[in-house]
Amino acid sequence: MAEWETVKPENKALGWFEERLPVLSLVNNVVGPATPTPRNLNYFWNFGSLAGLMLVIQIISGVVLAMHYTPTTGLAFDSVERIMRDVNYGWLIRYMHANGASFFFIAVYIHIFRGLYFGSYKAPREVLWMLGVVIFLLMMATAFMGYVLPWGQMSFWGATVITSLFSAIPLIGESVVQLLWGGFSVDEPTLVRFFSLHYLLPFLITGVVILHLWAKKISDSGNPLGIEVKTSADQIPFHPFYTIKDAFGAGVFFLILAAFIFYMPNALGHPDNYIPADSLATPDSIVPEWYFLPYYAILRSVDFPLGIPGVIEILDAKLLGVIAMFASILVWLGLPWLDTSKVRSGNFRPMFKWFFAFLVIDMFILMWLGGQKPEGNIPLYGKFATLYYFAYFFVVLPVLSRKEKTLPLPESISSAVLKPAE
Amino acid sequence: MKFIRNIAVALSFSTLALAGVSAAGTAEHPLQVDWSFNGPLGKFDLPSAQRGWQVYKEVCASCHSLKYFRFRDLATIGYEEDMIKAFAAEYEVAGEPDEYGDETVRAALPQDVLPAPFANDNAARSANGGALPPDLSLMVKARHDGANYIYSLMVGYKDAPADFDLSDGLNYNPYFKGSQIAMAEPLAEGLIDYEDGTPATPDQMAKDVVQFLQYVAEPSLQERHQMGIKVLLFLALLTLLLYISMKVIWKPVKAGKNFYED
Ligand code: HEC
Ligand code: HEM
Repeated sequence: MAEWETVKPENKALGWFEERLPVLSLVNNVVGPATPTPRNLNYFWNFGSLAGLMLVIQIISGVVLAMHYTPTTGLAFDSVERIMRDVNYGWLIRYMHANGASFFFIAVYIHIFRGLYFGSYKAPREVLWMLGVVIFLLMMATAFMGYVLPWGQMSFWGATVITSLFSAIPLIGESVVQLLWGGFSVDEPTLVRFFSLHYLLPFLITGVVILHLWAKKISDSGNPLGIEVKTSADQIPFHPFYTIKDAFGAGVFFLILAAFIFYMPNALGHPDNYIPADSLATPDSIVPEWYFLPYYAILRSVDFPLGIPGVIEILDAKLLGVIAMFASILVWLGLPWLDTSKVRSGNFRPMFKWFFAFLVIDMFILMWLGGQKPEGNIPLYGKFATLYYFAYFFVVLPVLSRKEKTLPLPESISSAVLKPAE
Repeated sequence: MKFIRNIAVALSFSTLALAGVSAAGTAEHPLQVDWSFNGPLGKFDLPSAQRGWQVYKEVCASCHSLKYFRFRDLATIGYEEDMIKAFAAEYEVAGEPDEYGDETVRAALPQDVLPAPFANDNAARSANGGALPPDLSLMVKARHDGANYIYSLMVGYKDAPADFDLSDGLNYNPYFKGSQIAMAEPLAEGLIDYEDGTPATPDQMAKDVVQFLQYVAEPSLQERHQMGIKVLLFLALLTLLLYISMKVIWKPVKAGKNFYED
C-alpha cells in the first residue's frame, strides 16, 4: 500500500474540519493526486468507475421513481404508466432507470471479464475480487426484484419461474419459496417485499463498494502487464491523469446510453411487460432480462440427475440444475485457487489467451441459448456450452497453471511502456 | 489484442442468430411502413393522428377500451381546447352521488378517461364470442414491431387457404399468432367519412389509426426525440472536449516524465 498522505488545507475553517474528520485526505489518497497508479492502464480499466457512476444514477433515478410508484398489485402497472404520462419528465426518469440497469450490467460484465483476462483475482487482490463477486450477486438480486415492480406479464411470470427454483432445495425448499412469496403464489405480499428489498439492496451494494475500494487501496490497482510496481517511474498520480481518462470514457459510455434512452428505450426490454400481469395467461415464452440469460441457459441445460442411472440418484435433475446455475457464478470466488499460474496477465499466456477468448464466445452463445425456446438442438448446444463454461474453470485453468509455457515478463512497467531515453 | 477480434466475431454471430430466430414462429413477419415517427427526427403526423382518432372513436371504440387516454391528451395532436371539450361532451360518465345518495351521470370533461365500451371483461367477452378485445392504450409497445404489426393486422385479412382448418367464428389473418383471430375485419372501404375529406380506404384508415395508437402508447415520443438530439449533441461536444483535455494533460506522461523524482 502506498503511503498515506494527509492534506493540510490553507483555509483555517477547512483545516479545523480536516483535523477532526480527514475527508479531503481520504479523497486525495483514493482517487486524488496522492494516489500513485500504474502508468499503463488501458481503457478496460475505465469500467470500474463507470459501474460506480451507474450505481449512483440508478439510486437517484430510483428514489425519484419511488416517489410516484405504488407497490400494490392493483396499482403498480397503472402507477408506472402515470409516471410515463403524467409525471414531469417521468418517462425520462423511468427510461433512464430501466436502460441504466442494462448499462450497469454492461459495465460490470466488462469489468469482470477484464479481471478474468488480466488475472486481477490473483494475490494480493483475492479479497478485492471476492467483494466484486458479492456486488455482482447483490446486483442480480436487485435487478431481478426491480423487474418485478412494473407488474407486467414478464414481471409476474419471471418472478414465478425464478422464485419457484428455490423449491428444489431439499427439506426447506417449499418453506423458502413461501417465505419469498409471502403466501402460496406470487401476489401482493411478494410485490411489496420485493419493492422494500429493491429499495434496500442498492445501499448494501454501496456498502460493499466501499469495502471493494478500500481493498483496492490496500493492494493498489493491477495493470495490463500484470507485474507489480517496482520504481516510482512506473506510476503516475491518479488525479489528474485517470480522472480525466475516466471522464472521457464516461462521456463515450453516456453517449451510447443516451442513444438508447432517447431513441430505442424499449429495445432491451420485452414487449410482454407492457401487458398487465395476469396469473391466468401464461406468455408464449418466459424470457429473463438479457443479463440473466447465460445462467438461465445453464439452469436449463442441466436437466439430468447426478448419480448412476437405475442404481442411485444423489441429486435430482431440478436441484442439480439450480446448483449448476448458482455455481456458475460462485465458481468465480474460487478463481485465486483454481488458477495458480504465477503470471497474471493473459498477454503473456499464449494458451490461456485462446481458452479465454472461447470463454467469452461461450458466454455469448449461452446468452443466445437462454433466449431460445428449448426445442430442437437448443438443449444439446446448451449442454456443450455449459460443459465448456465449467471446464474452463475446473480443468483448463488448473492444467494451464502447471503446463503452460508463459512468455518472459518485462523488467518493469516503465521499461516496457516508455521509449528508451534519447 | 487478438481476443477482442474473437469477441467481435462472436458478437456478430450471436446477433445474426438472434435475428434469424425471431423471424421464425407461427405468424408472418409484419409489413414494413415508413412511419413519420420513425428515426431520430421522427414526429407525429398530426392530420393523420387526428384522422386516426376519428377511426378509433367511430370504429374500434365499440369493442376496445383505451384506459390510459384522457380527452385532454388530444391537445398534443393539435386539437384546440373547445374542440376537446366538445369531444368529451359526447360521452356520459358516472358523476358524484346526488343529495339523496343516488347515482348520477354527467357529460364527460377533458380530464376524464375515454369511457370503456363494456362494463367489465365478462361483458366484453360475451359480446365478442368469448374473446376479450384487449385495451389498446399500450398495444403498440406490447407487441414486437408494434406499429407495423397493427397495420398488418388491419390490412391482413384474407380468405383462408384451402388446407387451413379455420375454427368457427374466427377469421383468417396470417399476421396474428396462429393465423386466426376472433376480431372480424374492422375496416372496410368508405366505412367512415373523414372530416378532412381524405378518401377512407382501408389502407388509409389502418395507417391513421396506427398513428393515433402510437401517440396514445407513447405521448412523449416527439418530446423525447427532440430532447435526444440536444442531449446527444451536448454529450458529443463534452466528450470531444474531454478527449482533447486528456490528450493535453497526458502529454508529460507519454513523454515519460517521472512524477515522483525528488
Ligand atoms: C367488433 C368488435 C371489434 C372491433 C370493432 C375492433 N376490434 Fe380489435 N379485437 C376484437 C377482439 C374480440 C379481439 C381479440 C382477438 C383474439 O384474441 O382473437 C381484438 C383484438 C385486437 C388487437 C390485438 C391483436 C393481438 O395481437 O392480440 C388489436 C391490435 C386490435 N384488435 C385492433 C383493433 C383496431 C385498431 C380496431 C379499429 C380499427 C379494432 N380492433 C376494432 C374486437 C374488435
Ligand atoms: C443497483 C441499482 C438498481 C438496479 C440495477 C435497478 C434495476 C431496476 C429494474 C431492472 C427495474 C425495472 C424497470 C422497468 O422495466 O420498468 C427497476 C424498477 C424500479 N426501481 Fe430500480 N434498480 C436499482 C436501484 C433502485 C433504487 C435505489 C430505487 C429506489 C429507491 C429503485 C426504485 C425502483 C422503482 C420504484 C421501480 C419501478 C418503476 C419502474 O418499473 O419503472 N431502484 N429497477
